[in-house]
Order: sequence, then C-alpha cells, then structure tokens
Amino acid sequence: MRAFFRQIWNTKGLARWILIAGAAITVVFLIFALFAPWIAPYDFNQTKVDGVKLPKLAPPSGKYWFGTNDQFYDIFSRVVWGARTAFEVILGTLVLSILIGVPLGLISGFLGGWFDRLLVFVMDAIYSLPSLLLAIVFAFLLRDALGNGVVAAALAITAVYIPQYFRVVRNTTVSARESTYIEAARALGAKPFTIMRKYLFGNVIQSVPVIGTLNAADALGTLAALGFLGFGIQPTEASEWGYDMSRALDDAQAGVWWPTLFPGLALILLITALTLVGEGLNETLNPSLRRRRFQNVTFSHRETQPEEATR
Amino acid sequence: MSAASGSLPRYILIRLALVIPMMWVLLTVVFFLLRVAPGDPVTAAVGGKLDEAALDQRRAALGLDRPLIVQYLDYLGNVAHLDFGNTISDNRPVLDIIRDQGGATLTLTLGAFLIALVIGLPLGRMAGRYRDTSADAGIRVFGVVAYAAPIFWTGLMMILLVVAFFPSWPTNDIGSVVTKFEVQPKTHILLVDAGLAGNGEAFVDVLKHHVLPCLALGLLLAGVIIRLVRINVIQAMKGDYVEAARARGIPERRVVRHHAFRNALVPVITVIGLQVAITLSGALVTERTFNWPGLGTELVQYTISRDYIAVQGLVTFFALIVVLVSLAVDIINALVDPRVRY
Repeated sequence: MRAFFRQIWNTKGLARWILIAGAAITVVFLIFALFAPWIAPYDFNQTKVDGVKLPKLAPPSGKYWFGTNDQFYDIFSRVVWGARTAFEVILGTLVLSILIGVPLGLISGFLGGWFDRLLVFVMDAIYSLPSLLLAIVFAFLLRDALGNGVVAAALAITAVYIPQYFRVVRNTTVSARESTYIEAARALGAKPFTIMRKYLFGNVIQSVPVIGTLNAADALGTLAALGFLGFGIQPTEASEWGYDMSRALDDAQAGVWWPTLFPGLALILLITALTLVGEGLNETLNPSLRRRRFQNVTFSHRETQPEEATR
Repeated sequence: MSAASGSLPRYILIRLALVIPMMWVLLTVVFFLLRVAPGDPVTAAVGGKLDEAALDQRRAALGLDRPLIVQYLDYLGNVAHLDFGNTISDNRPVLDIIRDQGGATLTLTLGAFLIALVIGLPLGRMAGRYRDTSADAGIRVFGVVAYAAPIFWTGLMMILLVVAFFPSWPTNDIGSVVTKFEVQPKTHILLVDAGLAGNGEAFVDVLKHHVLPCLALGLLLAGVIIRLVRINVIQAMKGDYVEAARARGIPERRVVRHHAFRNALVPVITVIGLQVAITLSGALVTERTFNWPGLGTELVQYTISRDYIAVQGLVTFFALIVVLVSLAVDIINALVDPRVRY
C-alpha cells in the first residue's frame, strides 16, 4: 500500500495533481453519500413538513438552498441523497461486472476452443451495440422482475460493462497461457483450476483497476441517462440526478433554472472527478505513460570546495 | 499483408462476406435477449385491457405460441427482407416508424458529425502542434469535459442560456407548427422536403431548430476527435517525412498542414466509424432533451408501453446500422490507405 502511494507521489507533474484533484472531489461526494441523513435537511422523498407541503418551484433561498422542484422536493436534499444512490449503483455495477467478466474471460481464454470462440462472438456483438440501447433493453426486461429500484438499475448497467472486462482479461490470458511459467506449472501437474487461480489470475488482473475507475465515471453517466429517459430509479425509491433533470425539462424551457442546474452540476462534478481519478491512475501506475519527477538528492557535506582550492 | 494480395475488389468481397456472420450474431443476441426475460409480450403491452381469450388470440396472431426455434427462424427470415413486424400496442409496421421518424435522427446525427469535425479538427491540430503549452492544456480539458459531460446536461445548459438570452430561438422540436403543416412529406426528411418544396422560410426554420441539438451531440464527438487528432499529429510530427519537409525549407505552417496533418487524418476515419454506437446512444438522449421526433423518441415511448415487437424491431434496426456503417468505414479506409487491405 505504501509502495502504491509512493509510486503516485513520485510521478512527475500534471498526472499527480489530476489524481489528487479528482480524489478530493470524490471524497466530498463520498461524505455526502455516507452522511446524507445528517447533511440533508429533508428526506429524499419528503414533500411535507409537519403536514404542510413544501412550496412548489420555490427559487433558491436561505431556507431552501437550491430551491424546490415541481414535485415539492427540496433540491439540496435530493442532490445530497443522489450522491448515495450514485455510489450504490456504481459500486454494485463495478463489483458485479468484475465478478462476472473477469472469471469468464479467464476461463474462456484459458480453455480456448469452441467455447472461447462462441463467447468472443457474443461479447463482441454486445460490445458493438450502443451501450445506452443495451442498458435500456435490460432495464426494460428487468422491470417486471425487479421493479424500478437501485438493484434493477445496477443490473441493467452491469450488462454494458461485462464485455469490457471479458475482452481485456481474455486477451491477456491468451497471451499469458503460452508463457514459460504456465508451461512449468503444467509440467508439475497442476490442475487447470489451480493454474488459473494461482498463476494466471494475478497476472491478468493488473489492468482491471484502471478500467474500473474509468468505467465508474461512465456508469454514472449511463445511470443518469437511464434516469433521464425514464427507465431508471423512481423518485420514491431513491434520489437520482438524471430523473430530477428529466422532470426539470419543461421548467428549463420556461426559463426556470434551479431544478436543472444543481442536480446537473452535481452529476458533472462527480463524473469529472471520477474521470480525473481514472486518467490520473492510468498515468501514474502505467509504467509506459509514467514520467518520474526528479528526486531531491542530498549530497554529503564536503569540507573544502576543490574548484575553489585550485584557483 | 504482402503487396501482391492487396487487391481492392478482393478486400471488399471478403469484408462483405464477413458482414453476414456479424449480423447473424447480433440478430441472435437481440432475439434471445428479448425472449429469455420473464413475462410475456402480449400481457406486458395490452394485459389488463383484454380478457384471457383475447390475449391468447393476440399471442396466436403474433406466432408467440409456436416453438422458440420456429419463431427464431421466422424472425431471421423476416429481417432478411427487412420486415420488422407490426407493433403490438398500436399495430403499426415498424418499417413505417423507421421511414417516418428516421429522417429526423439522420439529419440530427449528420449535423452533429459536421459540427464535431468543424470544432474537433482545428482544435486537435492546434493542441498537437503546440504540445505542452497552455493552449494544449486548455484544449485537452475542453475535450475531456465535452466527452465526459452527459449530453442532456450540455443540452439543458444550452436551453437555459438560450431561453434567458435569445428567447425567440427555438429550443425544442424539429420545426415550428407552421412548417410542419406546410411541408408535404416526400422523402420524410423534413430538411430535404422543405428544400424540395422551395419553401425558403420553412427551410431556414428547420435549420434553426437543428442548431442546438446538433451542437449538443456534436460536442461529445468533438471531444473524441480532438483527443485523436492531437495524438496523431504529435506522432506524425516525429515522422521522417516531416523532418525531410523541414529540411527542404518548407515553412512550419505548411509542414503542419500538408505533411503532418493529412497523415494524421487516416485513423480519424476509422475512429469516426467506431463512434457510430456512441452517436446512436447520444442521439437517444439528445432527442429526449430537445423533444426531437426521431427514432430515439419512438424507442423510448414503445419501451414505456412495453411493446416487445417495436423494441425488438428498432433495436434490430440500430444493430443493422452499426454493422453497415462499420462496413462502409472499412471500405473507405481501404480506398484511402492501401496498407489496410488483406
């Protein structure tokens, strides 16, 4: 862990700052997500206080920091709670797509043959489809079984990202399969499962963290797009920025800016932050892109200066 | 790979032959995706409105009571002669939807590509030429943000600004009510129809309506193009022929424009082709943002009304577009660059 941070710290110039800036913004949103009930003045689906409805479309003020929207929700509270939804979906999507994509790629690449060819065919076909279209189809299919909650949204988005992990892991596995250390393991009589688990796994998993962070930003965009199109999370289930922005479409046409602007800013800030973390990680951890910065080297103290002595 | 095997007709023939398995896989994936899910299409679309006997009758009419393999072969056969079926909810041929609404999506995406090239190529070239300067940094940040920002965010911000400062500029739909009433559909592409009818006012009106949606979608693609052109220009500037051009005393400006930039453009064609999937994803959202009467809007509406046949038909159509565009791009690439032929 320490070596990991040293590697980041020793990288030259912009890449490090990109990473730090991205991480800082992400942490702010993480705090929102974790402490939402204490930070947000209202619940995400609260429209009444002591039986009195909140005002509809009230402009930002001291009482309602970001105003209220056409569903009588307090926008600041929706933004804060939205961070929680965002992280839940991102985490669920990442974990699921890695749990499915990585083993599939490993097995497919290691076994080869018709199984491998079939899977590659199917995965490539899925990959070539527009990602949002795929997410819509899955949201469409999962709605009857799982409803309009966080789980359904995460599953629908997962389908989009499985092929990416599959491809990367499968291709690395195929090239690693022929290497000497695998041959040695096989000669020692290791079973296929042992080879995959002990020898291949550690070597093919390397590129997953970087893809993971970049996918996190992308997944957030997909979640918001799903919500925006009306296939995402319903407002009574959780607060979701894309849905809020779709509700605000008509208001925007009428020049009412606050229901759109604040969820939109939250969304773009978190997407940018996650992208920066991904790009930063890529440039600091990938040896072929990394540029080390100069280290401060302290020389031992010398009594006499030879140049001066000769003069 | 060798020069002898690189005949253009041969390449095109092989590439054409490869389209068939690609399409087959895509169609199979689409078909089975929509069938393995729980639930039954007819109940989903019109359940609750009709009694059980009527539902059974609908199912029989759609052939949903037959074995899956028969349905599958039937589907493949129908798609082969471009029959995508009739929608369940309003019994409209999917082909009619594509004909009536496809034009709006077509002009939207073409306009977006045009804007992306106009913005992306010069900026990318500049960033590549002045690498590691503040101009480069600024352009790169612009590219990243343009790509990372969700289209509906960019679109909504544009709407807010336009509504505040140019209230008379159109911010939704493809044409004003008057235009839609006056222009008779001939090609079903409103812009072309207005032009054919010689209705100058309507033509300008439709063009005005295109500006914001095309800009919102175009910015996303511009982000991709900037990144790509920049890297390619940087790489081309290291080439021997650039060195040679400089040594001949050709001014730097001309070296960049004629020697480095032209060579940097070849991969751009490929990548633009690969962006078709992203563009279609983007068009879905753009159409919702600007209330655009295109295929994306139709897809969203039929998805909400849980119409399996319409969703299957439209998704199939999108898949066909992706395959065909990638075919076209590969052929154009082979024409431009002899090295890519088999």
